[in-house]
Amino acid sequence: MKFLIKGGRVIDPKNKRDEQTDLLVEKGKVAEIGKHLSANGAEIIQAGGLWVVPGLIDMHVHLRQPGREDEETILSGSRAAVKGGFTSVLPMANTDPVTDHRGAVEFILSEAKRVGLVNIFPVGSVTKGQKGEILSDIAELTKAGCIALSDDGRPIYNTKLMRHALEYSTMFGLPIITHEEDPHLFEGGVMHEGYMSTTLGLHGIPSVCESIMVGRDIELLKFTGGKIHFAHISSSRSIELIREAKKQGLNLSCETAPHYFSLTDESVSTFDANFKMNPPLRSNEDVEAVKKALSDGTIDCIASDHAPHAENEKDAEFDGAPFGIIGLESSLGISLTHLVHSGLLSPATLITRMSLAPAAILGLQKGALSIGMDADITLIDPEKKWILRREEFESKSSNSPFIGWELKGRAKMTMVGGRVVMNDGKISKSE
Amino acid sequence: MTQWVRKDLLGLEELSGEEIRLVLDTAYSFKEVLDRPIKKVPSLRGKTVAMLFFEPSMRTRTSFELAAKRLSADTMTITSQGSSLSKGEVLKDMARNIEAMKVDILVMRHQAAGSCHFLARSLKSSVINAGDGSHEHPTQGLLDLLTIEEKKKRISGLKVSLIGDILHSRVARSNIWGLLKLGAQVTVCGPKPLLPMGIERMKVRVTCDVQEAIQGADVLNVLRIQLERQKGSFFPSLREYAQMFCITPERLGKAKKDLLILHPGPMNRGVEIAPEVADGPYSVILDQVTNGVAVRMAVLFLVSQVNMKEDRDEISD
Repeated sequence: MKFLIKGGRVIDPKNKRDEQTDLLVEKGKVAEIGKHLSANGAEIIQAGGLWVVPGLIDMHVHLRQPGREDEETILSGSRAAVKGGFTSVLPMANTDPVTDHRGAVEFILSEAKRVGLVNIFPVGSVTKGQKGEILSDIAELTKAGCIALSDDGRPIYNTKLMRHALEYSTMFGLPIITHEEDPHLFEGGVMHEGYMSTTLGLHGIPSVCESIMVGRDIELLKFTGGKIHFAHISSSRSIELIREAKKQGLNLSCETAPHYFSLTDESVSTFDANFKMNPPLRSNEDVEAVKKALSDGTIDCIASDHAPHAENEKDAEFDGAPFGIIGLESSLGISLTHLVHSGLLSPATLITRMSLAPAAILGLQKGALSIGMDADITLIDPEKKWILRREEFESKSSNSPFIGWELKGRAKMTMVGGRVVMNDGKISKSE
Repeated sequence: MTQWVRKDLLGLEELSGEEIRLVLDTAYSFKEVLDRPIKKVPSLRGKTVAMLFFEPSMRTRTSFELAAKRLSADTMTITSQGSSLSKGEVLKDMARNIEAMKVDILVMRHQAAGSCHFLARSLKSSVINAGDGSHEHPTQGLLDLLTIEEKKKRISGLKVSLIGDILHSRVARSNIWGLLKLGAQVTVCGPKPLLPMGIERMKVRVTCDVQEAIQGADVLNVLRIQLERQKGSFFPSLREYAQMFCITPERLGKAKKDLLILHPGPMNRGVEIAPEVADGPYSVILDQVTNGVAVRMAVLFLVSQVNMKEDRDEISD
C-alpha cells in the first residue's frame, strides 16, 4: 500500500524540517519527501491545513491488562491511543501479575500484535512484584522485549536497592523510570499540601515529598552512572534540581503530564475525585514552573500517565477514590490548547516533547520522518475546535477531569507502520 | 431579609454572613421553645431524619436526635458498627438505599473530608454535615457563634483565639469561616506541626505562643487534642503538650476579666484544659451544649423548608 500525503505542513524537528510539502509512504516506510510528488498509483491523502508529524509517543500509560480488564485492555487502550494520535505507547508494569517476568512481557507483546493498532513497548518492573525488595530478572526482561524499567506507582525507597538497580541497569542500557515519592512524607496524603488542603481538610502531600527523592536520585546517579527518567514531574523544586543536574551533564531526563500544566490544586475544591492523582495537582507557581521547563527543555517530554479507573471506584468520597486519570484521548488537545495556541511552545517544540524526545530517551528508531524509517505518522488538525465528551471515549474508563472542556486541535489521522489505523475518529478494525 | 435557599448544610465556608445570621436568628427562636414546659413544635411532623455516624460521637449525635425530636420528626440512627458498611458496601449505595426509604434529611458524620459534599451531589434528600474528616463541622461552628454572641452581645470586633490541633480540626475550620464572616478577629495557636500550611491565607493571626493567644482575647476556643489522630510525629508527648499549651489558671493570669472559654468536647482534662478552668467562671462549655440543640433545630428546620418547597414544585410540574 502506497500513500501520498499531500500538501501538509511537515514538522520534523529531528531533520529540522517545518514546511509545506508532500510525503510518500511505501512498504510501511517513509519513502520520499518533497514538493509536488506525483502519486504514481499511491492513494492520495489530502493534508492541506494539517500538520504531518512523526507519530506521537506516550511513554507513560497504564493499560491494566492483565488484571483489571474491566478498566482497560490492551485493545481498548490501543484504540484510545490511536484516537489520540499516538503511534507508540509504553504500558507500565503495575498490572496483576506485575510485569516482572518473561511470561508477562510475552503476553503483552502477543496481545499487542493480535490487536495490531499501535506499537506497544512494555516496561518491566525494577523489583519483583514492585515490592521494592529484590531486583526483577532484568536481563530476562530485556531479552523478552522491555525497553525501560519502572516500579511506577511506587517509589523505590530503599536507597541501596536503587543504587544496585542503577548499576545493574547499566549493563543493558535501559533507563529506570522513577516515581519519586518519599513514603513517609506522603503518608495518608490525597492532594497537594498548601492553602487548599488546609481549607478542605484533606491530607496534604507536600511538594518536598517529590523533590527530596529527585534530589536523592540525582546524587545517586552521579555516584553509580546509569540513566534515570523522572516520571510525572509536578513541582517547581524538582524542576530546579533537574535543571541543575542537566547542566552538569548527567544522564537523566524527565516528563510531565498535561494536567500539571493545565490544572491547579484549586480544582479539588469540589471534592471531585477526577481531580485526584499522584503526584497531585499543585500550586499555580508549580504550574508556571512546569510550563517554563517545557519551554526551555528542562522537561523533555509530555506523557499522559493514562490511568483508567472504574467509575464506581472514582465516584466516591475523595479519600476513598483511587489516584489517577485517563489521558490518551485528551493529551494532544490539552497540549495544543495550553502550550501551542497560548504561544508558549512552537509546533516543532511540541512535537519534540511528544515524539522526538521520548524516542531519544528510549533509544527507539522513531520520532522522526527520515527516509527509510517506519511510517509512524500523525496528521493533526491544529485549528479544529472540539469538546471532550464522556460518551466518545474509546477508553473503557472515563475518569477525566477534562470532560466538557473545549479544546483546539486534535489528531485527524494516525498511521502506524504505513497503515492508517485512525481516520477522522474512525478506528480501523483489528483482529 | 435573607432567604434560606440551600438544600444542604455542608460547611460555613460557602455561607454568607447573612445566611449565618439567619441561622442564628432562627436558633434564638427555637431556644425559646427549649425553655417551655412542652419542648416540642410540629415543624417537621411527618419528616424523617436519618443519622449516619461513621465515627463515634455522643454529643453531636444525641444533640441532632434531640433537635429532630423537638421538631416532631421521626429519627433513626445508623452507626458504622452493625451497618452494611462493615460488609464493604460503598457509602453512596448505602445512602441511596436510605433515601429510597423516603428519608428527608440525612445527618452524616464521616471520616473522609468532603464526603457530605459527595452525597449531597447524588441525593435529593437534604444532607447536613455533622463533621467530615478534618474539613468542617458547621453546626459546631454555629453553636459556638451563638454561645459567643449570647454572652458578648456581638461577634464583630471580638478577638477569638483557637488553641490546639488546628491541622486536624474541623471545628477550627468552621469556627474560622463563621467568625471571620461575622467580623471577628481570629488567632490560631498550637505546636508548629499542627498549624497547617497556608493557614495565614485564611486571614488569621498565627502563633505558637499560648500567652500571645490568651493576651487580649475575648474568647478562647480550646480544641480537643485528638489522641486518635496523633499517631504521627506531631509533638513529643501529651505531657509536653500540656506543659506548653494547657489552659491553666496560671496562664489565665493576664487574661481579660470577661474572657469566655469554649471547648467543643469531649475534653481531655489536664491535657488541653485544666479541670479548674473547664469548670471555672470563664467556661461556657455547657451553654455550648444547650445551644447545640437550638442551632441544630434551626438548621433542620431551614433545610426542610427548602426540601418541602422542592417537593411542592415537583407536584405542580
